[in-house]
Amino acid sequence: MTATPAGTTGTTETTGATDFTSDELMEVNAARALADATTCFVGIGLPSTAANLARATVNPGLVLIYESGTIGSKPTRLPLSIGDGELAETADAVVPVPEMFNYWLQGGRIDVGFLGAAQVDRYANINTTVVDRGPDKPEGRLPGAGGAPEIASNCGKVLMVLRHSTRNFVERLDFVTTLGHGGGPGDRKRLGMPGAGPTAVITDLGILRPDPSTAELVLTEVHPDVTVERVRAATGWELTVADTVGTTEPPTPHELAALRALKAAGKPGKETR
Amino acid sequence: MADIRSLQDAVADLVHDGDTVAMEGFTHLIPYAAAHEVIRQGITDLTLVRMTPDVIYDQLIGAGLVRKLVFSWGGNPGVGSLHRFRDAVENGWPRPLELDEHSHAGMANRYVAGASKLPFAVLRGYRGSDIPTRTDTVSTVVCPFTGEELAAVAALNPDVTVIHAQQADRAGNVQMWGLTGVQKEAALAADRVLVTVEEVVEELAPRPGGIVLPTWVIDAVSVVPGGAHPSYATGYSTRDNAFYQAWDPIARDREAFLKWIEENVRDNVRNSEGALTR
Repeated sequence: MTATPAGTTGTTETTGATDFTSDELMEVNAARALADATTCFVGIGLPSTAANLARATVNPGLVLIYESGTIGSKPTRLPLSIGDGELAETADAVVPVPEMFNYWLQGGRIDVGFLGAAQVDRYANINTTVVDRGPDKPEGRLPGAGGAPEIASNCGKVLMVLRHSTRNFVERLDFVTTLGHGGGPGDRKRLGMPGAGPTAVITDLGILRPDPSTAELVLTEVHPDVTVERVRAATGWELTVADTVGTTEPPTPHELAALRALKAAGKPGKETR
Repeated sequence: MADIRSLQDAVADLVHDGDTVAMEGFTHLIPYAAAHEVIRQGITDLTLVRMTPDVIYDQLIGAGLVRKLVFSWGGNPGVGSLHRFRDAVENGWPRPLELDEHSHAGMANRYVAGASKLPFAVLRGYRGSDIPTRTDTVSTVVCPFTGEELAAVAALNPDVTVIHAQQADRAGNVQMWGLTGVQKEAALAADRVLVTVEEVVEELAPRPGGIVLPTWVIDAVSVVPGGAHPSYATGYSTRDNAFYQAWDPIARDREAFLKWIEENVRDNVRNSEGALTR
């Protein structure tokens, strides 16, 4: 793989909307990544935004599955938690949590797992447990694993969405909470993990995908007006860049309107009924 | 058989210093009022068990009542950190907090083993994760039929499980519906069970997806309308997302937290059998 100079590749799409944020670019591209999925196990936060936007745009029939036990949730607003009432009220089925993890997830019924992460390394391994803050300082505490280790193991494939910075994209994880591709090709198979693992990491700067031969994340697309150099600078390891780096299509007015409508409806406030 | 009792008496009888206590409810039906009664009574040196510690355990940890936490995801859902949990883990304030940490799948199966009265459960989990390096309750077992190596997780059998449900009848049978999480397993895994309910009804009408716990697996039922707030009870209330967001700055600051607990829990004798002020 050779580096591609910034600004020399990709096509410029001019029919899209022109006024959008880098977060919106990330969210729209994350939703697009679900275009072919049938079922998606949805993490809270950015993955939930992406999955709900996919239902509103590229994949209206997408079955959203939340670890609280809801299958086929159809919320009209972005949930704050994975257990908001609307997720259950609009679901095709609500199942107890042990059943969700054993029969549905471990049972291999779910196509795509969509995860966020605090730290990710070049093999798309994830840390959400603790961060080293240097000598003489206590470890910084993160929330922990939640459903991620088994989601990443058992879903057909895994998509990840997180903001791009050297704080999040690190040379070495302080703790491996959730295995992506381990130390390289073959590690998942050796460990007996049924799913294909991470196939794309969507950020506010572009999209990384594992190289089929090395399993290492490679920059394959940048968002409009983002340079490869900027992505390199925001990555904590020496980033490998695809021979040809594409440019993602800007959000369409329809995508942006749908995203903003979901977010506006999701503005938290005290609910009463 | 469950006696229908005041929350104050039920907590005093069933929850003791040094107990292992599970207060379950996956986002929905979290038994906040019972936790607040534990704080008022100062029941301490607890080992707390919950998949998602949530704000309910942030409060108990910050109040200095907790020695050890058994859990799988310790955040304020959709908001950020549990600051009292972090302060205890990172700085030992107000006391050090020992952790036994798992994945959700592992915790759910630990309750299943507990309810089944088996010593452990098996799952295809923790593969490639560093989690097993930090807990002695995950190991491996080889399938005697296929030779596959699987994760083994130790059973959870709390001294007491506390849950909130929508309804009980006068005999103390309990029904909950909506997201029912791991409450059935947590209740059947425990030695003692306390259920707070929104109301007592003459007859429990069957609900789609509803779970009924018969009175003879429950020790006490306490009627606490709104007892899950700021969590919620489907059919009675909705999740108070604004409270979860407002909790962040309160919990971030030790003084603000202590003041909040003093004003809203300890001094709130009026509410010792009811919901927090809404």
